Amino acid sequence: MNILIQGGRVIDPTQHWDELADLYIQDGEISALGEAPAGFQPDEVIDASGQIVCPGLIDLCTNLREPGYTRKGTIASETAAAAAGGITTLVVTPDTQPLVETAAVAELIQDRAADVGFARVLPMGALTRNLDGEQLAPLHGLASSGCVAFTNMRNPIASSQTLMRCLEYAATHDLLVIFQAQDNALAANGCMHDDTTSTRLGLNGIPEAAETIEVSRCLLLVEETGVRAHFGQLSCERSVRMVEAARERGLDVTADVAIQHLLLTDESVNGFNAAYHLQPPLRSQLDRAGLRQGLVTGTIAAICSDHQPHDPIAKQAPFAATEPGMSGLETLLPLSLSLVEQQLIELPQLIETLTAAPARILGIEAGTLEIGSPADICVFDPNAEWEVSEDSLRSAGKNTPFLGQTLKGRVNVTLMDGRIVFRR
Amino acid sequence: MVSGTLSVDALLDKMARETRTLIDHRNLTDPLMIGIRTGGVWLAERLHQQLELQSPLGVMDISFYRDDFTQAGINPKVQPTQLPCATEGRHILLVDDVIMTGRTIRAAMNELFDYGRPASVTLITLLDLQRRELPIQADVIGGTLALGPDQIVKLNGPDTLSLTIRQRD
Amino acid sequence: MFEANDPNSIQLTADGQLRHFLTTEGLPRELLTEILDTADSFVDMSQQQVKKVPLLRGKTVANLFFENSTRTLSTFELAAKRLSADVLNLNINTSSTKKGETLKDTLMTLEAMHSDMFVVRHSDSGAAHFIAQHVTPNVAVINAGDGRHAHPTQAMLDMLTIRRHKGDFAPLKVAIVGDILHSRVARSQIHALRTLGADEIRVIAPKTLLPRHIEALGVKVYTEMARGLRDVDVIMMLRLQKERMQSALLPSESEFYKLYGLNRDKLAYAKPDAVVMHPGPINRGVEIESEVADGPRSLILDQVTNGIAVRMAVLSKAMSGQLSQRSESGQEEQA
Repeated sequence: MNILIQGGRVIDPTQHWDELADLYIQDGEISALGEAPAGFQPDEVIDASGQIVCPGLIDLCTNLREPGYTRKGTIASETAAAAAGGITTLVVTPDTQPLVETAAVAELIQDRAADVGFARVLPMGALTRNLDGEQLAPLHGLASSGCVAFTNMRNPIASSQTLMRCLEYAATHDLLVIFQAQDNALAANGCMHDDTTSTRLGLNGIPEAAETIEVSRCLLLVEETGVRAHFGQLSCERSVRMVEAARERGLDVTADVAIQHLLLTDESVNGFNAAYHLQPPLRSQLDRAGLRQGLVTGTIAAICSDHQPHDPIAKQAPFAATEPGMSGLETLLPLSLSLVEQQLIELPQLIETLTAAPARILGIEAGTLEIGSPADICVFDPNAEWEVSEDSLRSAGKNTPFLGQTLKGRVNVTLMDGRIVFRR
Repeated sequence: MVSGTLSVDALLDKMARETRTLIDHRNLTDPLMIGIRTGGVWLAERLHQQLELQSPLGVMDISFYRDDFTQAGINPKVQPTQLPCATEGRHILLVDDVIMTGRTIRAAMNELFDYGRPASVTLITLLDLQRRELPIQADVIGGTLALGPDQIVKLNGPDTLSLTIRQRD
Repeated sequence: MFEANDPNSIQLTADGQLRHFLTTEGLPRELLTEILDTADSFVDMSQQQVKKVPLLRGKTVANLFFENSTRTLSTFELAAKRLSADVLNLNINTSSTKKGETLKDTLMTLEAMHSDMFVVRHSDSGAAHFIAQHVTPNVAVINAGDGRHAHPTQAMLDMLTIRRHKGDFAPLKVAIVGDILHSRVARSQIHALRTLGADEIRVIAPKTLLPRHIEALGVKVYTEMARGLRDVDVIMMLRLQKERMQSALLPSESEFYKLYGLNRDKLAYAKPDAVVMHPGPINRGVEIESEVADGPRSLILDQVTNGIAVRMAVLSKAMSGQLSQRSESGQEEQA
């Protein structure tokens, strides 16, 4: 199928493109920018005037809830939501039921996603069996079945020796380990950042040390073992400084942040609003500033959604009894665009954090419009305003604190492999 | 329409005479006089003296018995009702400054009955504004007054008693 | 007045009347003073022959206690009955709520019983706010203690007790001693004292029992009694629970008593006319010496008496606020 995307502002940091130009797609691949290829006849013309054309977004951390928690969402519903959010590649966490610790489950997820055909789904595999921090999971086999990275999520690996051995094994096969750094004992029972707001509300706090201690331990072991490593969803300013220092010493570790942590603080929890119950928790203004600064300096290379769709009942209880997480696939782009509006970073740099950087971190060939690459494309209107509502969200999870708010920036067309998977 | 101030003393004399007649006529032995806060108390103090009653004067606050709880809320400055002796079987002389809708007296009687069952209740008021919403009448009245729709009347005290009539704010 | 997006403004009607009583935080000084004034008149009344008034006649007050408490439950019950209300006591077994019946489900079942008011005690911070947000309109919610967040009626009865003995709050130095970290009473007391204009509010505890950044609530932090009690007018002791010895927060009861227990020697650090209070039940020999608890400076028994009056005031004010929302505005004056 030949597709012409006409008159848009094409931005691709990998190719250093930022210009008004036409984009040509043939046989599922990008075939040209600017001049039509010889003999090109479009089957479909997409009018992108006034809009941005960029690589399809890559979301480094999402939860699609299938298999096992389909009350909250399914691969079908959530990949459809992703497509509506301009996201063409999703990395999913291994905490499905059963866990992604067998080839069968890894393949099930990818097959299901392919059947539905809205977005690419790349599973993360469990680092230890049962995520219990004791025994290694079959990392090599899982990698062969499509797992792009391995994580123990926030489950503790109590013994540092065990952790070191897991990292050594992963390093043996050049596998990427993603840390969601949390010291379990310090975080125990906590449901929000440990500071003035938690004191006033009488809610158990998760101190900063719960993240920084684990970041520190992991950094030292990464250095020791040489494993490829990435820190997912940092929440503390101090963690950013630690990663920065490690990088300055020459350690090639990367980090991402969930978009909400760049915009919100723990003060939002006032009034016990469970929509702001997140993991890791929203922290102080100082932490938010540090995370934003980390994005600017490049210590934080990527932004993700940390999408956690929930059924309504999960958020309808006193704060500590609610389940953490927000539904974020469809708000990722408009919320990220607000960083440009706030003049924190420029648009091309923002797009890099959502496309090329995640691809680089994962070591996959994606997040680019390079000629010949698969046509995963997002066409969006940066000025279109829309209200976040239960109707406007396609995800099964309506649990977002931005419900009822008007956001700026809306995807109009999403293509994957040169196929239109979403059109408004 | 009346306006300005009125003399209370003349009305008080009349009320004292009529009450004396009533006490004798109805055989109200050893009556117990109770004034309703605040204006009724001022009046009751003077009547109690003029009638030379034996039993000490009682004071009643009806704030908690009002039926307009929803509109007016609770009056935070309530002082407790102080009845010097049991009301069971006694002849009560209830004194208030004004009777208008009748609701205050209804509240006062409810409160009175929570304290015990009196033998009788006689109602004495300075003014009757004749805007009843309940079937309650005073036995002794100083005078009747027809106010205009925007007028209110107020008893001033406690040292010298006087009545003022003015426009509602 | 309050701000529209102040989360504690859920407690007030559009014209500033009380309609839920969830926390002392964020309530205007005038309102707290009105509650104290109303409670004062109820204290006087409790010494009368007729202790009942018909303010809540025909209304149903449901006590929802998800956490056991004989003393708080019985004072609320007594308060409601003295207002002539019908009372429903629902001791909700927490194990059944854990089995899958959520708080929301419980609420919906209860709503069918058509109560006018819920008095709620729950082990989760924010439970009373949650109930207030999910209950049918016109039902008042009174917080009888939620997790570590607030115990506003306790704080108010403490304020009433202080006012009845010391008069004005402005010159007072008040010290709160003990397990501040886990105390909903302390938090409510701090907010109330600040709003009512106390000169200085101090907390005295070991670091393990102090919440993070408690100074941000407007208090001075002390870790020893000698300095913390100097020049203090009111000493409010908190209860220490046995579990604290299990989680590396404290080594033993005897060490706590030695350093923070209020005995006659430590009482001497405070002003000569300082008063001693405790929300109860007291642990003799752990937080407080018997001679002090039973001594002439102790207001502990007054607190109990005042508790009924304060709860009567809160119940009637909240009901009044709810009813004023329901009824059309009537300007008729009674006579």
